[in-house]
Amino acid sequence: MEFRLSDKSLLPVLIALLLLGSGLSLAVGAMHITWQDVVAGLLHWSWPGALELDVPDQYALVLGEIRLPRLLLGLIVGGTLGMCGAVLQGMFRNPLAEPGIIGVSSGAAVGAGTVLVFGSVLAGTLGAWMGTLFEQVQWFLLPAFASAGAILATWLVYVLGDRGRSVVMMLLAGIAVSALAGAVLGMFAYVATDTALRDMTMWQLGSLAGATWTSVLVTGCIFIASSALLWLRAGDLNALLLGESEARHLGVDVLGLKRQIIVLNGIAVGAVVSVSGIIGFVGLVVPHIVRLLRGPDHRFLIPYSALLGGLLLTVADTIARSVFAPAELPVGILTAIIGAPFFLFLLWQQRRQIF
Amino acid sequence: MLLEISDLSIRYPRAESPLLEHISLSFQCGEVTALLGPNGCGKTSLLRAISGELDYAGHIQLLGRPQTDWYRSQKARRALARRYGLLAQHSNLNFAFTCREVVQLGLGPGSLSRAEQETRIQHYMQCADVWHLRDRLFPSLSGGEKQRVQLARVLSQLSLADPNDEKILLLDEPTSALDLKHQHEVLTLAREVADEKTAVIAVLHDLNLAARYADRMVMLARGRIQADGTPANLLQPALIEQVYGYRGQLVDVAGYSALL
Repeated sequence: MEFRLSDKSLLPVLIALLLLGSGLSLAVGAMHITWQDVVAGLLHWSWPGALELDVPDQYALVLGEIRLPRLLLGLIVGGTLGMCGAVLQGMFRNPLAEPGIIGVSSGAAVGAGTVLVFGSVLAGTLGAWMGTLFEQVQWFLLPAFASAGAILATWLVYVLGDRGRSVVMMLLAGIAVSALAGAVLGMFAYVATDTALRDMTMWQLGSLAGATWTSVLVTGCIFIASSALLWLRAGDLNALLLGESEARHLGVDVLGLKRQIIVLNGIAVGAVVSVSGIIGFVGLVVPHIVRLLRGPDHRFLIPYSALLGGLLLTVADTIARSVFAPAELPVGILTAIIGAPFFLFLLWQQRRQIF
Repeated sequence: MLLEISDLSIRYPRAESPLLEHISLSFQCGEVTALLGPNGCGKTSLLRAISGELDYAGHIQLLGRPQTDWYRSQKARRALARRYGLLAQHSNLNFAFTCREVVQLGLGPGSLSRAEQETRIQHYMQCADVWHLRDRLFPSLSGGEKQRVQLARVLSQLSLADPNDEKILLLDEPTSALDLKHQHEVLTLAREVADEKTAVIAVLHDLNLAARYADRMVMLARGRIQADGTPANLLQPALIEQVYGYRGQLVDVAGYSALL
């Protein structure tokens, strides 16, 4: 009998851990805040003066303007990466597909880098073309370009990688696309201003330090919409695991499904990369753990990967910003330290041919 | 006619000569047809063309409609899937689904109640003699076991059809990985399926098995249909030599003709 946890035991544990991790992430940091002060501070920040609370204004500010958006961004970015990893692995029918490894995140970084470096030129052209409307949609430029880069990279890797038939080709295509993206980013670095250069460096390491309420709102909406749409295709993704021909015989529009995945996945990855940079290996480790606990059925894999991804990234970020406090380790470095050996382990496990 | 192929030609890009040339065949309900021929004569390609996975010249009429019509809308695709199933030669599912879950994929997320799903899964897994494997991981099975689990999946898929609808079941070398007992069991099962308003088309390599279980045999070679008829008419050493280039000897054993 294959070991599987039921939703009755898995879901409450995951939600409890998520709440615990969130509380921890709010309390721990350069400024340590007690549990009571976390609750009081958040209440004070939400409704200043509504309650007679004895809490320093500083706490309310740190919690409401820094830690809460950062916590939410961590949940969204981790959730997106976990969910996207699960879906990409379904499309490639391979557990090694991951936005970071196959170059999707690098593609997004090139898109985002384009806006950073050539932002003024772009703004000038688009501004002249769209007039005052442009001012309202300016914030949209960065995620839009990052998404376009991610979609292009996924499509390239999929086509070059023998459409999921060969693991080796997929990984090689991923290396090629990442290398190309790295070269383009390197070129951007030469023409970039100092500010743009700093931003780009931060991206390549991956960090949640840039969290703002705007970024939470944008990535949050995209995350919810894309994961809901992808979850609707969970049954079709299950059929696709049997093989393209088998899925077709089960009545699945395979081409349409893959197009939808490449586009939605690209939009979601592009959005998170544009705010947090390349955070690798979350999309690799998370779906693997969920498959071990709950099985490969995408109806459960997608939502659980989103939950577990959010949890892991939040915990990792809390560790990354408190071990060397007040200095901060980019969380991308931490996920790579844990994730890269895990990637090697999975590669070694491929010999067993059961994922 | 459930399936009508007229003037079908298949040519692979950069191939010297076409694989199949001006083939016309029709298949009807209640019949088991064995598709025979030497390696590389285009049996699997013919099945793929019927399934619309391969470019071809000619016309294919599937379940009363031109084949391409079935892929126009999602509704048509689903309707076709309920009435049309294919068992592939190999399966390369590497994710850790249990066999029960694999068979359940045949039933899809459709409208059946949980209890009804369970009943059907058990029924078809017992038909294919894989019920005892239900909780094993599919990728850990042997080739023959995998083939039987996939057969149970395809049968459960066709069980979704309306009881009045006629169906088509294509089997690509269903016995190639099976042991002796299961070869006979699977073909007996194919016979029973044919009696439930289904046209069964099976690619086979074993002429004796084909002669014993099929109503009709179609022999392909050199891009054309070499022979089409009942097993009694086709099991002749001269014809078989013409198709396969191997001279066999026909013997009568216990009421069956067998080619040695």
